[in-house]
Amino acid sequence: MCLGYPGKIIDIKDHFAKVDFGDGVVRDNIIIALVDAKVGDYVIVHAGYAIQVMDEKEAMETIKLWKEYLEFVDKEVK
Amino acid sequence: MSEIDIKDILRLYRDPKIARRLAFKIRDIAKDLEDVLIMHVCGTHEWTITHYGIRSLLPDNVELRAGPGCPVCITPASDIDNIIKLGMEGVVVTVYGDMSRAKGGKGMSLEEARSRGADIRIVYGIQDAFMMAQRDPNHKYVFFGVGFDTTAPATAYMVKKGVPDNLSILSSYRYVPPAVGALMMAPDLAVDGIINPGHSSTVTGMKPYKEYFDRNKKPMVFAGFEPIDVLLAIYMILKQIETKEYKMENEYTRSVTWDGNVKAMETLLEVFLLSEGYWRGFGVVDKSGFVFRNTHKYVDARYIYGLSEPRDKEDFVAGARCADVIKGKIDPVECPLYMKECTPNYPRGPPMVSIEGTCKIWADHKVTGIIKCRF
Repeated sequence: MCLGYPGKIIDIKDHFAKVDFGDGVVRDNIIIALVDAKVGDYVIVHAGYAIQVMDEKEAMETIKLWKEYLEFVDKEVK
Repeated sequence: MSEIDIKDILRLYRDPKIARRLAFKIRDIAKDLEDVLIMHVCGTHEWTITHYGIRSLLPDNVELRAGPGCPVCITPASDIDNIIKLGMEGVVVTVYGDMSRAKGGKGMSLEEARSRGADIRIVYGIQDAFMMAQRDPNHKYVFFGVGFDTTAPATAYMVKKGVPDNLSILSSYRYVPPAVGALMMAPDLAVDGIINPGHSSTVTGMKPYKEYFDRNKKPMVFAGFEPIDVLLAIYMILKQIETKEYKMENEYTRSVTWDGNVKAMETLLEVFLLSEGYWRGFGVVDKSGFVFRNTHKYVDARYIYGLSEPRDKEDFVAGARCADVIKGKIDPVECPLYMKECTPNYPRGPPMVSIEGTCKIWADHKVTGIIKCRF
């Protein structure tokens, strides 16, 4: 049950949110009380509640790191 | 950059070019290493690994095996029996889909109990059970709480908020870090490195793993669920083995932090305390079972209905090696029943039932033999 999907919050009512998972899948009634999230944030949803707000910057950073790293490796190989 | 959709970012985490280069790197580094056994403890990791054929990219001296990471599989058979008993007595049972097909110690599943008249309803989360109970105050409802630290906080939150009087919860929730600690120590496994579950660790944080890492230093990487995440985690573990510099590393920085989701953990521990937990197929692990605190006994189905504590040794179907698959001692194909007597249409044990069970994942991907390197 570690299945978790990233989705975008499109509406918040009280401690529950409507989340858009893309490809036409929208779910209502997702508990967001355990994270600090606002409309427009990407959250990782697991078993009906948001476990974390996804860190977009970190996701980009990691990709940059691989790219730099892999380029470095390629040079090394040459 | 803020206009970039996160879905586009995630697409990069499936980039075949990057995967290829990583696979080369893994092969390079593994050349100088002896046999390495890497274990992960998450059904979703197993899905990613099998679905994207990651094992076929690994050199033959690097083995990747699934440990106890399937919540349905480790749920005690005695608790399945308990919830069936409640269902047969007229309590409306609310449960996750997969869980309804797993058989208890008496050979019956909730689905079969339904065919005998029990009212079993499939829910997506506890809030569904909450609403059903609220709309139907004349019936008693019970929610079967299975899963890990990932799943349990939602239940804790709803309990704290207040649930309808006619709704109780049977908690079979388990806490992952001590189980990983036990796996690292298991003499019959000889694990060389661990990939930690990204979403469970998102909630718990990396911190609770430190005591187990300190006790038994082995490479430990917290990883995400895209194919590049897993390849990178494997590479990080091999690199640690090569340099003999063991550490707790975080690959899944976009979600896992050192402290985790503090709010979720606080809520969780306000409602539950950690006690001995029985993991079906794996055994008793200290401080790994979430039990309702005395202050919240009024929602505890175990207390309300006087249900037995799941402590006994449980049996699987004769000849089946479910326990060895759950623990990660063997791959599914080593079980004599796999895809013979035991198939997804006619599962004989929980690893073939759940979408997070190793056998079911392998069966769905038509894996019938040990996967060799094809790269």
